[in-house]
Amino acid sequence: MTDQTQTRPTEIALVGAPNCGKTSLFNALTGANQRVGNYSGVTVERKTGQATTPARFALSVIDLPGTHSLRARSPDEEVTRDVILARRADTAQPDLILLVADATNLRGALRLAQDLRQIGRPILMAVNMIDIARHRGIEIDLKRLSHEIGLPVVATTAVRRGGLDALWAELDRMIGAGLPPHMPPQWVEPDSATLRAYLRESDRIIAASVRLPEVHQTLTTRIDHVVMHPVFGPIILLGLLFTMFQAVFAGAAPIMDLIAALFDGLSGVVSEALPEGLLRSFLNDAVIAGVGGVIVFLPQIVILFFFILMLEDLGYMARAAFLMDRLMGVAGLHGRAFIPLLSSFACAIPGIMAARSIDDRRDRLTTILIAPLMTCSARIPVYTLIISAFIPNTRVLGGIGLQGLVMFGLYASGIISALAVSLVVRLVLRRNEAEASLMLDLPDYKLPRPAGLALGLWQRAWMFLRRAGTTIFMATIVIWLLATFPLAPEGASAPAIAYSAAAWIGHLFAPVLQPIGFNWEITVALIPGMAAREVAVAGLATVYAVAGGTEGVATALSSHWSLATALAFLAWFVFAPQCISTLAVIRREAGGARWMWLSVAYMFTLAYIAAFIVYRITSAITGAITG
Amino acid sequence: MTTRDTLQDPTGCALGLACKGFRGRMTCMMPCAANGRQDPAELELRLIELGFIEGVELEVLHEAPFGRDPIAVRVGGATVALRRRDAMAILAE
Repeated sequence: MTDQTQTRPTEIALVGAPNCGKTSLFNALTGANQRVGNYSGVTVERKTGQATTPARFALSVIDLPGTHSLRARSPDEEVTRDVILARRADTAQPDLILLVADATNLRGALRLAQDLRQIGRPILMAVNMIDIARHRGIEIDLKRLSHEIGLPVVATTAVRRGGLDALWAELDRMIGAGLPPHMPPQWVEPDSATLRAYLRESDRIIAASVRLPEVHQTLTTRIDHVVMHPVFGPIILLGLLFTMFQAVFAGAAPIMDLIAALFDGLSGVVSEALPEGLLRSFLNDAVIAGVGGVIVFLPQIVILFFFILMLEDLGYMARAAFLMDRLMGVAGLHGRAFIPLLSSFACAIPGIMAARSIDDRRDRLTTILIAPLMTCSARIPVYTLIISAFIPNTRVLGGIGLQGLVMFGLYASGIISALAVSLVVRLVLRRNEAEASLMLDLPDYKLPRPAGLALGLWQRAWMFLRRAGTTIFMATIVIWLLATFPLAPEGASAPAIAYSAAAWIGHLFAPVLQPIGFNWEITVALIPGMAAREVAVAGLATVYAVAGGTEGVATALSSHWSLATALAFLAWFVFAPQCISTLAVIRREAGGARWMWLSVAYMFTLAYIAAFIVYRITSAITGAITG
Repeated sequence: MTTRDTLQDPTGCALGLACKGFRGRMTCMMPCAANGRQDPAELELRLIELGFIEGVELEVLHEAPFGRDPIAVRVGGATVALRRRDAMAILAE
């Protein structure tokens, strides 16, 4: 062939089980030429990339979601099945299937290979992580393996230079020889007898072509002796969680101070450069106070996701699910719910999406409904602000910081109420239900690859920054506009904000929120705060800044609010569903708007009741003390 | 309980009753409605996909801390976690 670049690139699809190193192989194949998007209609990550083989064939590579079987059970697995079977309009059927197998355990991949063969597309099997297998003393006769399974087989190592040479050569050979034209794909779901036959054939092939070492004592089994120990296991898990939250709060503080100082400096520059007036008020009160107040929390979010992604890559999360299954079962939850709920401490959105791994629908719905109760990072700005304004920085009970204790209490009430809601659901709605099954792969431990970890962190951080630049920025502008216009008449005696549209809206809703101790300024901050929780902080900052206070928001609050109001505000934020993006994800993942409305209704009800009780009790106590 | 009695028959004992350290060979699969709310046919397919077929070597590696449930089972080069209720469908000797 003369000019390969003129022809259509060859479509290659990577198929394989989770944890087989598929994504590392994809990264090694495509390098920086990747695009991450979504499949239409579902929020499943669609990763595509371009590559050129040594013989200058152009490739278009797609990394399909990990799957154990073409009998898809989750939205992710359905995408894989549908792409392979040419059932998706947005993705072409692959010209060639690159089946990625874990060299340390070929059984599953060989079963999948036999199932894939029905479809009639050419398959190339990459025996990946061959270096780890060799290190363990596993010897694979690739020629024999290829002969027995009847497919071309190459060994690959995604993490080493030159680890893909054999794969490139084989791709060139297969494409150069010409790939068969597309035919309507044929596939029937295998029944239990067929699956058994596949597995027996896999075992036969492995017996013929793989030699396993005599002793089976890998690093993974040795680590598991400690990590899965009935006593040490939970202790280690608890220690990890403690370290994680310690790092989030103590570790992030210096960087957060730096970012805050940066925005203060910026605000100072604006004040110097511009005369007093609308433009200066807009830049300082809306743009810098609003968006800056949110970006400050980037370090905490990055640290939290660092731990979650690292534990996931390491292979620890499945162990955590195993250890916690029974305990969570008491509250009617599935062991797999541990990962979504832990992710929800960073943000409920990835948490709710992680709930897909729970294959039982009712267990998944319960997890989705309670995930927003976990204290997500968007609540941290609100909690930090109120605590620093109202809770004295003293030590109680022999040296425990009172502020930290209140923060811990807020986290604990989130967890406890989530478990309580789940328990109520189980006792009231799911009383006579038998247990769902738990089937969990416990993968071998693997050191996370720094490049992959960095990429994952960057994607999360970028998502947060983009949100701060769009949703939160817009909401802040709306608050500023409402709080500024109409302008106060000349020679007005009250602060300018009293004449604004915000004041009018605030007074309109005040009768509803007055029983829980919220004044009209809070109402003004809460309404745009529906878009995202952090907006409430920006909103309060704008409202009180426009109201004439030059002092910090915390001092402004402590002079305008009673302690009872402040605590009621905290209680409100433990429960209130103030995040439009989360609600949209609930609707999509739970499969219906009624689940979204159910979350809105139950969370607002809880928020109102909790704030009411806290307000009344605190009022009674403080009233008793002062009176 | 009739189900328990049938599990003691000569084909072996249920994996769901095995203790940590149990080693054996799978003899047969008997999924039934008592295994949970999952459809027995679907349960069977999933267990096969995890690697459970007749004749395979099994070893119970770990028991979870609370109530010794679920269990971690070594099967065909992989380690999988199962609730005991699901493991009742697997008989081993």
